[in-house]
Amino acid sequence: MRQFLVLLCLAAPALQAQSTGTAAVPGRSPSSPGSGALSLPNADPFPSTYRVPTSRPVLITNATILTAAGPQIDRGYVLMRDGKIVSVGSGAAPTAGDAEVIDANGRYVTPGLIDTHSHMGAGAAPGGQALSDINEATNPSTARVWVEHSVWPQDAQFPRVLAGGVTTLQILPGSANLVGGRSVVLKVVPSVSVQGMKFPGSKYGLKMACGENPKRVYAARSPSTRMGNVAGYRAVWIGAEAYRRRWDKWLADRSGEPPARDLENETLADVLRGNILVQNHCYRADEMLQMIDIAKEFGYTIRSFHHGVEAYKLADVMARENISGSLWSDWGGFKMEAIDGIRANLALVHNAGARAIVPSDDASGAQRLNQDASKARAAGAAVGITIDDATLIKWVTLNPAWAMDLQDRIGSLEPGKNADVVLWSANPFSVYARPDRVWIDGAPRLDRADPRQAWRTDFELGYVPAASTQTGGRR
Amino acid sequence: MRTPKLTALVMLAITSVTSLHAQETVAITGGTIYPVTGPRIENGTIILSNGVITAMGANVAIPAGARRIDANGKWITPGLVAPVSSLGVVEVGAVTDTRDGSSRSTNGIAAAFRVWDAINPNAMSLPVARQDGGITTVGVMPSGGMVAGLGAVIDLRSGVTADAMLRKTPAAMVATLDNAAAAQSGSRAEALAKLRTLLRDAREFNLARVRYDAGNMRELVASRADLEAMQLVLRGTIPLVVNADRASEILNVIALGKEFGIRVVINSGAEAWQVGAQLAAAKVPVMTGAMNNIPEGFSALGQRQENLGLLRAAGVQVAIVGNGAGGEDNFNIRNLRYEAGNAVAYGMSWDDALRAITLSPAEILGVGDRVGSLSVGKVANVVVWSGDPFEYATQPLHVFVGGSDTKVMTRQEMLTQRYRTLPVKY
Repeated sequence: MRQFLVLLCLAAPALQAQSTGTAAVPGRSPSSPGSGALSLPNADPFPSTYRVPTSRPVLITNATILTAAGPQIDRGYVLMRDGKIVSVGSGAAPTAGDAEVIDANGRYVTPGLIDTHSHMGAGAAPGGQALSDINEATNPSTARVWVEHSVWPQDAQFPRVLAGGVTTLQILPGSANLVGGRSVVLKVVPSVSVQGMKFPGSKYGLKMACGENPKRVYAARSPSTRMGNVAGYRAVWIGAEAYRRRWDKWLADRSGEPPARDLENETLADVLRGNILVQNHCYRADEMLQMIDIAKEFGYTIRSFHHGVEAYKLADVMARENISGSLWSDWGGFKMEAIDGIRANLALVHNAGARAIVPSDDASGAQRLNQDASKARAAGAAVGITIDDATLIKWVTLNPAWAMDLQDRIGSLEPGKNADVVLWSANPFSVYARPDRVWIDGAPRLDRADPRQAWRTDFELGYVPAASTQTGGRR
Repeated sequence: MRTPKLTALVMLAITSVTSLHAQETVAITGGTIYPVTGPRIENGTIILSNGVITAMGANVAIPAGARRIDANGKWITPGLVAPVSSLGVVEVGAVTDTRDGSSRSTNGIAAAFRVWDAINPNAMSLPVARQDGGITTVGVMPSGGMVAGLGAVIDLRSGVTADAMLRKTPAAMVATLDNAAAAQSGSRAEALAKLRTLLRDAREFNLARVRYDAGNMRELVASRADLEAMQLVLRGTIPLVVNADRASEILNVIALGKEFGIRVVINSGAEAWQVGAQLAAAKVPVMTGAMNNIPEGFSALGQRQENLGLLRAAGVQVAIVGNGAGGEDNFNIRNLRYEAGNAVAYGMSWDDALRAITLSPAEILGVGDRVGSLSVGKVANVVVWSGDPFEYATQPLHVFVGGSDTKVMTRQEMLTQRYRTLPVKY
């Protein structure tokens, strides 16, 4: 019976996409590692040790609120308590006797920003070979590697993106390989271990890559062509499918010796079961359309196309197939598969009904996801696509949350959701706006007015002058 | 005694005055004019004729027959100036055949390399920089090695040959310190010594050309052409633009400038804010950005977004170059104005930020007398913006280069139009 359900689940997402737009995997509670994963000998060997800190309740009043769940609220309030959003609204704020009350005085409040494409920690500052841990470029498929094992929590880039209002990061392996390995979702918090940053109960992702990078890296062996790339993916999935069947059969009848474990296929099989989300680096429209066919051949779904500089050419298909686009606002031109990059890409994808997401792929850009969204909106306006602030905020909050299947927990300001909140100095889509305060799970993580409280990583001590940490002066 | 003579064309510092400027007379009326060199003019009028600004002010008579542009509610600034780019010499970075920004020097010294000879006026990024970015003048600079070669200043005119775009050649000599590998050295100190040796040898070469040509001289560190090119730096005709980030290396560059009596400019300058007083005292300008605070390497541990504002406060002349990721020297050089906006968010005044993307880079590259500000007699490089040029919602409505606001459809616009409605019809 369970097998049937799994199969149904694999076939269902396209339907779900059309009906609800949110494809939660049935039978999973948010904190469990996944029904499919539970069938494996070691479903969660590096469990999150993150705990929501105890914090004083916070009531922000007199704010302009972009909730990512509805229209803009003027002169509104947000109340957070015990790590959750309690209420959001306009008019008279609720009484909260024990809360810290912050008069926003018209300043903007948004959910914490979410970056679906980061290599932070794995490609840590100050860089160099010693800290180059993004690409396990030794085999075209390395589904066996987990990028969390590369993440250095003392990467000085983490506090900087926090200062940019980013509260959740998806860390991805690089794009050297056809199959790069598992991604991980992190909260942007100081911790001695990566486990202390891991978003509890979040799903893993699988990084896949199209095009020029794999065929260049493996040119001396295989793949050395795009057709070699596709043969490579298919061979990998054929092996994974057989592995999944062997294991699922054994788990059903528990007779005889269990099949041998294989780290590569454990990850791939969990993609086929729908427990791991595919994050697909792909530039060209023709290749994205081929990747969709490959996904259908083997019965998995692609959760997000990353980079996708030609996503605008298949935006209608992305909408139909319920694939989000994690797209740069305007990078392009640097290699052949990027020459068709246009600034209206995100707006056109949004306009076609697919989820537009502004990611960074860069530790500087990650500090300005809001600005990149604003830039992409302006390009849309130039071709007659109008997007208001209340909608645009989703590109950096709720939509990226969906790309990680965390849309029920983060990405909007709604009662019951995690209290990941940013108070901005001005409209976040202005070039002059900066986060004044940031909370994660209701706990204060940044206060620009108090640089002495700024998070400094171990690496920064001594090496980086204190004055150059994230806060700076108010305008 | 033989007079030192610069024989090769490469040595001539030319400020080109082209005769191809638009003949049309244009009157831009009703906008707020930000001249950079003076206070803003509300409800101002600016007249462009024969490629130059012929009148500007609050009460200006409009010549008969002038094309009028109503700029009511609009912002008018000089065309923006991006001092460091690879526009026209790099098309697709990963395609070798389209990369002409670096020479293949044998020892990291390519002083005689004239990057502008490779400029492709049909490069896709040129109209994008102009029409999306409001950029009218750029420095096209070589890269690679220790001494990368000679850079030029071009105006982003549409539909003309590369020669007709040249505003100043050469405009700068580009070098890199702080990077021992680029200098084919084992140490920052060795790289610095190599640059110092080059300057000494070039000076000695100049004093002993007869002996040199007679083959009666010790071996010098560079070729004759390179030694010749370095004379422009030694004579102060062009600045030596040095890529350097670490504060101690910036001090080395200041000292090098004093030692040889040459003009030096710091490019990149991640830690320049730590030595602002010394830079100001030595009158050494800095070209840096406002969108990078990552300690990217052991030369840039102090990199911060307040750099520009702090340098200005210390009295340093600054120009803005993109220092974030995403092709800010070519495909996305159009983002220069957002870099200026971020500089303001991190402590620079708005006026200083505008100057740092207009007049200041023009002055650093020796073209400030012709472009970079709005005044009568200057080249008609003018942008009419829909609002504050630093804001994302703002678009350049008219970009005049040499008095012409010719707009071409960029390749990006063609693609956008083709796929505006799906499915595509080819």
